[in-house]
Parts: sequence; C-alpha cells; structure tokens
Amino acid sequence: MNAPTTMTHLLPDVDHRHLDALEEEAIFILREVAGAFERPGLLFSSGKDSCVVLHLAEKAFKQKLSKPGERPVFAGKLPFPLVHVDTGHNFPEVIEFRDARVAEMGERLIVGHLEDSMQRGTIRLAHPLESRNGHQTVTLLETIEEHRFDCMIGGARRDEEKARAKERIFSHRDSFGQWQPKEQRPELWNLFNTRIKPGEHFRAFPISNWTELDVWLYIARENIPLPNIYYTHKREIYRRKGLLVPVTHVTPPDASDTVETVDVRFRTVGDMTCTCPVESDAATTADIVAETLLVTVSERGATRMDDRTSEASMERRKKEGYF
Amino acid sequence: MSTVTDVNNVEHIDAGEELAHKALRFLTAGSVDDGKSTLIGRLLFDSRGILADKLDALEKRAAGAPIDLSLLTDGLEAEREQGITIDVAYQYFATKTRKFIIADAPGHEQYTRNMVTAAAGSDAAVVLVDITKLDTSVDDVVLLPQTRRHSLLARLLRVPSIVFAINKLDAIEVGTQAAFDAVAKALTKFAEEAGITVRGIVPVSALRGDNVATPSANWDWYTGPTLLQLLETLPVADEAHDGNLLVPVQYVARDEGHGTGHQHRVMWGRIAHGSVKAGDTVQIFPSGETAIVASVRHAGSVVDACTAGQSAGIVLDRQVDVSRGDWVFTPGSAPTQQTFSGTLAWLDTEPAVLGRKYWVRHGNRWVQARITAIDHRLDINTLEEVDAHELGVNEIGRVQLQTQQALPVEAYADNRVGGALIVVDPTTNRTSGALLVGA
Repeated sequence: MNAPTTMTHLLPDVDHRHLDALEEEAIFILREVAGAFERPGLLFSSGKDSCVVLHLAEKAFKQKLSKPGERPVFAGKLPFPLVHVDTGHNFPEVIEFRDARVAEMGERLIVGHLEDSMQRGTIRLAHPLESRNGHQTVTLLETIEEHRFDCMIGGARRDEEKARAKERIFSHRDSFGQWQPKEQRPELWNLFNTRIKPGEHFRAFPISNWTELDVWLYIARENIPLPNIYYTHKREIYRRKGLLVPVTHVTPPDASDTVETVDVRFRTVGDMTCTCPVESDAATTADIVAETLLVTVSERGATRMDDRTSEASMERRKKEGYF
Repeated sequence: MSTVTDVNNVEHIDAGEELAHKALRFLTAGSVDDGKSTLIGRLLFDSRGILADKLDALEKRAAGAPIDLSLLTDGLEAEREQGITIDVAYQYFATKTRKFIIADAPGHEQYTRNMVTAAAGSDAAVVLVDITKLDTSVDDVVLLPQTRRHSLLARLLRVPSIVFAINKLDAIEVGTQAAFDAVAKALTKFAEEAGITVRGIVPVSALRGDNVATPSANWDWYTGPTLLQLLETLPVADEAHDGNLLVPVQYVARDEGHGTGHQHRVMWGRIAHGSVKAGDTVQIFPSGETAIVASVRHAGSVVDACTAGQSAGIVLDRQVDVSRGDWVFTPGSAPTQQTFSGTLAWLDTEPAVLGRKYWVRHGNRWVQARITAIDHRLDINTLEEVDAHELGVNEIGRVQLQTQQALPVEAYADNRVGGALIVVDPTTNRTSGALLVGA
C-alpha cells in the first residue's frame, strides 16, 4: 500500500494551461455574482485564497496595466466592496498587508469587528482567551445583515475539507444564514439558480475546483502579493500535540512549554488563537510550490487547531453560517 | 526541478488557443455495494490525492484491519452516521499529465437526480460493474438493471465517453479471464444495441488496486491500459470554435476607457460556439440590432480574438440596447422558438404539474414557462417510452415547453449552452428540473 512519493512522479508536466481553465471558470463565477445579485461583497481576509480571489476579481472587472512578470496593477474599480471579519486576534502583519493593499487598489473595505458583537452581547466568550474563530460566524452574519449583502464571495476550496467537497459553487443560505446540506439545489451546467427571497443570501466560491497546489502555482505565475508571514521567517514557538504554536499574547506558553526560535512559514492565515505555522525555509513562491508537492499533511491538519477537534467540526460550523 | 522554478516565466496562452489542458471531469456511477467509494479512494490514494493526516484518521478507525478507502469520500456527518452518501461530492487528483475532477454520484434513492447533476458538464462516465453479482457461467450474461440504467442515463445526457470498470475480480478465484470475457461480451452487446460508444472495459480490483493506477500483477492475460491510463487519454468535451458565434450576455460593464475619456460598454459572456474578433458584424437578441465589434477583451486585457469556452468582453462600434440575458450572435444565425420539445429530468419531490408556471433559465435569461404536454415517460432501465400524465421525482420524459417569450434555443445534442435549461419552482425556488432541448 505504498503510494509513490518521488518528486518526479508528483510534478505535473506543467505548462500551466490548466490554470487558464481554472482562471476562466473563476472569472466566469465572479461576473455571474456581479450580474445576478444586487449587493454582493467579497470576503477578504488577506489569506492566500482570498488574495487569489481578489486578483481574479481585478482581472474580471478591471484593465491590467502591468506587464507579465511584474507586480500586477489594474485600472478601474470592482463592482463590490471587500469585507473582512476581524476577530481582533489577527497577526499584525496581516492587518498591515490588508490596509496597504486596500489603499493601493483604492477599493472600499468594510470591516466587521468581533469586538462590536461582544459589546452588543451577541457574542459571549467562555473565557477571555477562548478562540474567537468559531465566533466569527456571528459577526459575519451581523455584517451581512447590516449591509444587506445578498451574496458573499469566498475563497473556500473543495479540496480543503470533506464537508466543503459537497458544497455548491453558489451555495444558498436561509434567512438565519444557515447552510442546509441536504437541501442543496442541484447545480447543472453553468445554469446557476441564484433566485432568493428577501433576507436570504448566497455564498459564491469561485475557486471551488482549485487545489492548494493550483493556488500556489497561480500565485507564482501571476505574482500575486501575499502577507510576508506566508514565507519563511524566524518566530518564537512552542510545540503542542504535534503543532508549532506561535508565541503571542493570546497564545502564551505554559511554564512547562519550551520556547524555541524556528524558521517557519504559515500555510494558512487565520485567527491567532488557532493558526499554527510549519517549519520551512521556503523564501519564494517557487520554493513553496516545491514544498507543496512533497507535503504529506493536509493544509488544515497541519495548521488548524480548531479543525482537529472532531471530524465534523467544519460541517457544524458551516451549517451555522461559517465561511 | 526546472519546471518548478520556471513558473514565473510561463507565457499566457493566446486568446484563441484551445484550452487543451482543461481538467477531465468524470462521474462515477455505481450502486452502494459496487465498490465505488473504494475505487475513488484508490484513485486518490495511488495518485497521492490524499495526505498522511487523513490516512492516519482512517488507520485509527480501522484499528489494525486493512483501511477502508471508501471512508475518504463520505463527507457529511449525517452520511457517516447512516453509512450512505447523500449528495454529489467532488474529489480532485492529478497525474503527471492531467488534472482530474471526480463527480461522485451516490447510487441509492435520488439516484437519477444525483447522476443528472454529476453528468451535466462531465467529459466521461466510469460505470462500475460488480462481477460478483453476475452469473458468468451462462452463455449470455444477464447484466444488472443498474448497469443498464447508469449507462443509458450517461448516453441520454450525452456524456461523451463511457468506460466500464469490472470490479471485484479479485473475489473470483478460478477462471478470472473467462468471467471477465463473458461480462465484457455482454457489455459490448448491450452498448451496441443502445447506441453507446464504449471507450474501454477494464478489469479492476479497487480493493487491491489491480489495474486502477498500476497494472495488475495477478492477471497477465489482460494487456490493455489501466483505468487511470485510459482516463489520461480521454478527450475533454469539445468546444465548437468554428461556425457561427453565439454568446449569452452575462454582465454588462461600463469601461473607464483606460483614461481616454471614452465610455464604452463591455458585454461580457462565455462564448457558446464560434469565435469573435474586431471587425465582425454581430446581432443582438432580443433587440435584433446589428453592430460591428470594435474590440475584444479577455481577463483584463485587449486581445485579438476570443473563442468558444472563453469569456469575451465585446465592445461595439455603436450604442445598442443590451443587458444581461441577451444573446450576441452571427447575424441571422439564431432562430427563436416559443414552444419546443425536450427531455425533462425531474429532480423535485413535488411532481411536474402541467400548465403551472415555472421559472426557467436559458443562458443568462430567466423567463416564465409552462409544460404544455407530457409526450411520454422513459423507462430508464430500457429507454422504452411509457405513456404518462405526470413526471415525479427522478423521472425522465419528453415534454413540450412553452415560454413566455421566444428564445434562441438550439438542440442539446449540438450545443450544451444553447440547448440546456433549468426549471425552477416559483414558490420554493428549488431547482426542479433539467431540460435538454430536442433530445
């Protein structure tokens, strides 16, 4: 039962034309959102998947000014605002990146603050350092309601997780923002059924059919800017249950933990309380592509404390209205 | 390594070049016990489409016994509780030469609905045949009804390639070759009678991995390709680049004109067939106006031309009345019909009601429509026509549809974009049916 693991076997015969087909599909979905909905928004967390979706949106709606190989620059405006649900526990590098990108592009950013929900009393933490990741759903749904969004574009991929493998590209949410996996509308050809009633909304996932490797190949090809913590850097960590936990004010080490300084990078970027880096000296996107080919642990398995709690944790969160 | 480090230097394909490296999208058809989940697990496992932590979870669960690859595809909590698959799931893997998307259609109740969903847009169907359920000692092996049903549905939905995987051959201890030959003969005969073109019949053991990704060490009498080798060579559904242009307008944007002060309207739409370049004369449905193409855009850039499968941004030389839902085409090439017949697959638990108004979507246009007649229902085990007065869930039949406005429909057999409609219940907004024009 040995699966082949040699590098040559894994490398695609890349001329990357399959990326053109994926790009074509994603842009089609983004224009469908703009055409079919009154008040869409694009969820932008500054994570690599949302950076890819943002780049695809610029390609779909703007004119490209930069040349191939250069950092991409576009003229024009997106037909929808960017939306970020800020837990208040984001890595500072990520928030800096977000604000710099938004300013550079001249786009509108709407931030839903988890702390506002806490003040309103709609979120109550069990203890001050509880992970805020699961609570994001409340703030997300409140932000959707406040701005009357009828479709939120997200960067989820079907290869991430088993519940996501079953989700539609256009995924219906009822008036409580809930996903009903057994009631999903069949999705036939590209004839998306985007009809909704007042108070309901959709989530649209343009990169549903992309894998982690596709995302990195595309980031490399298109020179998509990412927060610097995706690349190797030195960071203080301690080890727990096979994960490297970053030392931060919300994830302080116990007396029994040994703090080390290690070369790491983040494979995913999320709430500080549940996102862990991996050991890596990958300094460029091409290095990461090479690492991704050899990696043996799935993205969420390697980096997310929250998904390890139960096989069904993503499904449960999604049903409640999570991303 | 050079292919990895060179990723920055890859040139974009020219607009107009075929998207030849599109992933092959295939559906797997089989019943609960045919070993379908195991086959998919095997493809993912042998092509390294699953990673160590997911494997760990399976090993823990197996507690020493051989791991159950079928658990890889059961995604939802409810499915794991009930040990069934509820819904079409999408799985991804890649070999050195190709990327694959599996649309896994579960095989129990709601089967037709799931298979129709998985088949819409698939390039190939892999139909699993469980050889342990067949009597291979007789001259004419009698195939199971589900094998006939899966194959006939794939043909009805015009999935371009059909492959049979004869599974569980490892369970046959003596006379494996004779048993395989007998079933292959029966499948060939059935396919000929039904007008199905078969791309291959492969003996496999999904459990052991024989002939899935690696050639079998046990059956030297079989010299054909493995299932994966076969899948690597199947064609992706053809885009029709030649002939008349047809584009459903998806989104109309006002272009800032690169700072030149000119305001252009750009009509974006994915080309159903044909191609478009500056200087072409085009006509618009429903206004009937004609205009000349001033320029063509693709993904943020001005390009010389766009072709079928690509989303083109078309700028015209004059102001015309155009919005989402309209069509752009070669003048005079898109005749419209208000009443037309087609094959309707019904997906809703509420039966199709004659005369009731539904919403239908054709291209990017929503119009009201009613079913004016049900000509017959198809027995999906035989494709025989049966008299019917209604269509219930999972039933397929030939109907007459009347739309509130004439539409430029084409036969589904000629083009999927021009020939496909979805039917939506106006009360529940559920997607109730799929209509294939003229089929």
